[in-house]
Amino acid sequence: MNATAGEVPVIELRGVTRILQEAVPVTLVRDIDLSIRRGEFVSVTGPSGSGKSSLLYLLGLLDLPTKGHVFIDGEDTSGYSVDKLAEVRLAKLGFVFQFHFLLPEFTVLQNVTLPMLRLGRLSESEIHERGMSLLRDFEIDDQAKKRPDQLSGGQRQRVAVARALANDPAVILADEPTGNLDMRNSEIVQGIFADLAAKQGRTVIAVTHDKDFADAAPRNVHLVDGKIDSDTRR
Amino acid sequence: MFWRVSIGIAAAQLSYRRRQTIVSTLGVALGVGFFVATSALMSGSEQDMVRRLLDNAPHITIKDEFRAAAPQPVFMAFPEGAVTLSSTKPREYLRGIKNHGAKVEELSQQPGVIAEAALMGQAIVRYASKDASAGIAGIDPEKERFLTTIEDNMREGSLMRLKTSSQGMVIGRGMATRLGLGMDDLATVVSPTGLVRRMKVVGIFRTGNLLLDEGQAYMLIKDAQVLLDKPFIANRIRIKIADPDIAEDIAAQLEARWGYRTESWQEVNRDFLGLFVIRNVITYSIVGAIMAVASFGIFNIISTIVMEKRRDIAILMSMGFRAADIQWIFLVQGVFVGLIGMVLGWGIGLVLLQMLGSVEINVPGLMDTQRLPLAIGFFQFGIGGLFAVSSAVAAAWFPARKAAQVRPVDIIRGAT
Repeated sequence: MNATAGEVPVIELRGVTRILQEAVPVTLVRDIDLSIRRGEFVSVTGPSGSGKSSLLYLLGLLDLPTKGHVFIDGEDTSGYSVDKLAEVRLAKLGFVFQFHFLLPEFTVLQNVTLPMLRLGRLSESEIHERGMSLLRDFEIDDQAKKRPDQLSGGQRQRVAVARALANDPAVILADEPTGNLDMRNSEIVQGIFADLAAKQGRTVIAVTHDKDFADAAPRNVHLVDGKIDSDTRR
Repeated sequence: MFWRVSIGIAAAQLSYRRRQTIVSTLGVALGVGFFVATSALMSGSEQDMVRRLLDNAPHITIKDEFRAAAPQPVFMAFPEGAVTLSSTKPREYLRGIKNHGAKVEELSQQPGVIAEAALMGQAIVRYASKDASAGIAGIDPEKERFLTTIEDNMREGSLMRLKTSSQGMVIGRGMATRLGLGMDDLATVVSPTGLVRRMKVVGIFRTGNLLLDEGQAYMLIKDAQVLLDKPFIANRIRIKIADPDIAEDIAAQLEARWGYRTESWQEVNRDFLGLFVIRNVITYSIVGAIMAVASFGIFNIISTIVMEKRRDIAILMSMGFRAADIQWIFLVQGVFVGLIGMVLGWGIGLVLLQMLGSVEINVPGLMDTQRLPLAIGFFQFGIGGLFAVSSAVAAAWFPARKAAQVRPVDIIRGAT
């Protein structure tokens, strides 16, 4: 499909359907085929209830498809145990949500270093250094010792992005990252995502209803009723 | 590194619900404290009782009787046969332990063993037209000193004066008061066979045990043999051994060897020892109940935290924390509460022990005030701590498992 011959897509969905088993079964997404290459910046748009977020959770291994397969780096994740999925998320994926979801009892720096401490690949001093340098990248290193509730909304979202980048993941998945921000902060965060893709070569997949944000991405996937309506590149 | 992260998260979440955490920790602490105090009191009084039992009586007594009448020869000849005998009468033995001198000699050669041949019987002590029936114990004063606490309980005179005076006896304070006897008075002692002897009171004891104080008289074994008309006979061998705990085994060996009924102190006091078991069961059930209540407190606080921290759990999981990591974080909270409760409980226990230790009891009829017997040992602190930590972990287990079952997507979907 979209993958050029010889290159393995970083994330690929094949025939993915997700049905919520409630009293009345709800189909969130249906028969999705989607292939995303390394370094792509993809925006996912669509009306409310079209399954944007559900698609993102499936791409990010937070949710499992009812039918179909999710490939990460060419590997089928269907048979993975819950722990194995967690491991993949820890090392390869980074999430940013509409709400910052920072742990309120920990300082900004501690929040950013948590994933690194869990992964345990770096020494403690290296982790501290990397945490500070991430905060510096987003110009919030002066807030390192503060708690999340002492920060502004824009600052918090930047901390959340820094945390998502902690383990140097290949893919950043963002669910309405600017949804709760004012104009100015929105632009800042939007710029950060564009840079992550363009300058750092990361794959960025962002669900958004913000038209500017969607237009900033070179590729746009538009969903309607849980199906891909259009997949355009500029 | 990860264990520090999980401990950090656990501590942060507990501090988030500080007041409830303190309350449930105090619950555990009270349980541990009361356990330490009551079990010190229980085992203290148990040791005290056992010590009294052991000191007041010989560890092993060989009696001149048999546990069961000897079987008729015809039953031994035809063990499988259908034999009936009727109107038989058990053979009559000459009472007394055969060759007791050699037996005592042999027993005394064992290290740490004190053995004494004694003659027990009944007589009536008569003085100034008043009678009192008395148990007569014909003993060897030098050995009796080690076998029982009579010598320690002498109020006037001494057991050893039996050796230096002719026809002396030692009686209890109760009997002395009843008959109006004082030191060096001559009382008349009448045996069941009708012998009458005049004996001098050379000592008065008081044990606090009414039966002994009113009804026991000690004399030399040779005087008892004359009085009871049983020359050269002893009907008891009384033994004290180095380790009272093995008295039961030794008694069984001696009985198997010599055939005489041989009673260990455990056999004689079986009812008391059974009582201790019941007391321990009561102690442990009460503490178990306190701990169960404390566990509910822990269960409650950790369940609350799990409920309120579902978002944090979800974000940790989406970050890549495994279900087991989450479960571990909440178990650590239980361990925290348990450990802190344990240490606080030890403190409470020490304070309670101080208070109990300062209580003075005046038993009516006893001159000297007594203190509560307390046995303070690492054992109680260890068991109390074990109780605390294990019940805390058990209480944390269920909410922790619930936390591990959180599906992050459910929470995140709901929040966004």
